[in-house]
Amino acid sequence: MKQKIRLILRYLAALILAASILAPLVWMFLMSVSSAADLTRIPLEWLPRQWDFSRYASLLTLQAGQPGALFLHALGNSLLVACGATIISLLLAIPAAYSFSRYPGRDGWLFGSLAIYMVPPVAFVLPLYFILQQLSLLNTHLGLILVYCSMILPFLTWMLKNQFDALPIDIEQAARLDGLRYWQVLLRITLPLAKPALGASAMFGWLLAWDEFFYALLFTNNIDAQTLPVTIAGFTAGRATDDGLIAAVGILAAIPPLFIALWLQKTLVSGLTAGGSKG
Amino acid sequence: MLTLPQRERRQAWVLLAPMLLMMFLLTAWPLARTLWLSFTDAGLIGDGSAPNWVGSENFLYALTDPDFRAALWRTLYFTVVSVIIEGFIGVLVALLLNQQFWGRSALRVLVILPWALPTIVNATMWRLNFNPDYGSINALLTQLGLIDTYRSWLGDPSSAINAVMFADIWKNYPLITLLVLAALQTIPEDLFEAARLDGASAFRRFRKITLPAIAAPLAVALILRTIDAFKVFDIIYVMTRGGPLDSTKTVSFFVYQESFSYLRAGSGAAYAILMTLICALLILIYMVMLLRQRRSGSIE
Repeated sequence: MKQKIRLILRYLAALILAASILAPLVWMFLMSVSSAADLTRIPLEWLPRQWDFSRYASLLTLQAGQPGALFLHALGNSLLVACGATIISLLLAIPAAYSFSRYPGRDGWLFGSLAIYMVPPVAFVLPLYFILQQLSLLNTHLGLILVYCSMILPFLTWMLKNQFDALPIDIEQAARLDGLRYWQVLLRITLPLAKPALGASAMFGWLLAWDEFFYALLFTNNIDAQTLPVTIAGFTAGRATDDGLIAAVGILAAIPPLFIALWLQKTLVSGLTAGGSKG
Repeated sequence: MLTLPQRERRQAWVLLAPMLLMMFLLTAWPLARTLWLSFTDAGLIGDGSAPNWVGSENFLYALTDPDFRAALWRTLYFTVVSVIIEGFIGVLVALLLNQQFWGRSALRVLVILPWALPTIVNATMWRLNFNPDYGSINALLTQLGLIDTYRSWLGDPSSAINAVMFADIWKNYPLITLLVLAALQTIPEDLFEAARLDGASAFRRFRKITLPAIAAPLAVALILRTIDAFKVFDIIYVMTRGGPLDSTKTVSFFVYQESFSYLRAGSGAAYAILMTLICALLILIYMVMLLRQRRSGSIE
């Protein structure tokens, strides 16, 4: 009997948990396919009387006058900035992480870089603003890419160092004895071994850029380089009066990170421990 | 001819240099500039004249500024309460997901979703839900008979910050769940079996076996959440813009307005430095934990 009650309670808790996670997400999707009349009906009926996918169509078209022109442009900016910042960060983080891993004794720099990664952006934002202004990099992809490296680079260095630590070192030593230079060892031996971990870490870094809002808000004031989060915030600030449209944009913007997160499940914990969270 | 260790040291620095240079240019240098700015009366939009050195004036003003103090207390409330609730829910959910039941793996995937949802999308979603006229929260609570009139959750100074915290908690407790669950999965089942055979009560088993196993990752998760919650900006910007009546104006938002709405860069920098000092303390705690974890060899 006691066992039974325990089992029932367990399933009840599981049900409440599932509902609490799914309800807001499902409702956001329902909003995106309900007509404006359905959404403003009191009392609310929850299910749309007419399923209406036209908002998605209007967001995924480049026709002038449609919200898609703005949305797809911002989506492109987000992709470009996130990918650019991730690639540059990888190029710098790989040798740095390798150095921390194989040549011990410089851990102060490693911890220092992780510490500065956690300092609030308001501590850097004014000088960065002035520097970008002077270099005419405000409202450019390059400006945002550079600034995003300040977040992704220390994070990736930390993640990759832990992954290099886990690789067997004797193959590298044998290669050194065969006369390979140290950078050749890194390129030919270590990197191929670390490839799967490398991809996961890079995706993590990419998520950080995809999610970033504060710098993007301040360093872009027109649509040239404006990323998706800034565009969404602009929609909510009254540029769009249709809640269903805002919900549709939210759904579309959430799809890439949701898939990446599911794909990252295995490395999630190590990434989170290194502060790969986005509060 | 270099000796070997010296040559190795050179290799180490060659590999490190690009990353350190980039970090210096993007963080250390701007931080130093912010510190310098904080002693000047610089504006955001220069009129061509160089900013004047005003010494500690900005700081003296900041430390006696009642608005800033209010923002600090508000942020403290936001941080402490939401992190405690996130810790509580996070651990409970982790314990649940560590039990055997049908559908457990699906739930483990599900719990990742709020974490993965972009912060701005989360904020937007809850802004819509809390809408005073057509929001789902009012509709749901009314239909369940819990409230009899629609409320303006985000428009009322007494409830706005709690509504924002609700949205923040919904998104962020999974972080704690994921870290704690990973630790729970490393506890060998026979430990519990042995304790059961010894006649230890469920509470005692929890205290003696489970708690020690999750203490370290839970501490790391809580401090990470504390640092993030203290910096909170995005969700405030989208949901309330610091309003109504400044009731959700947190420290980050305060500094943002000082610098970019009132265009007072010098004074904004001073507030930013003060905020950074508080964060530095929290970051230090996190660093000590990481070092300890590393010593005990359980760095994951």
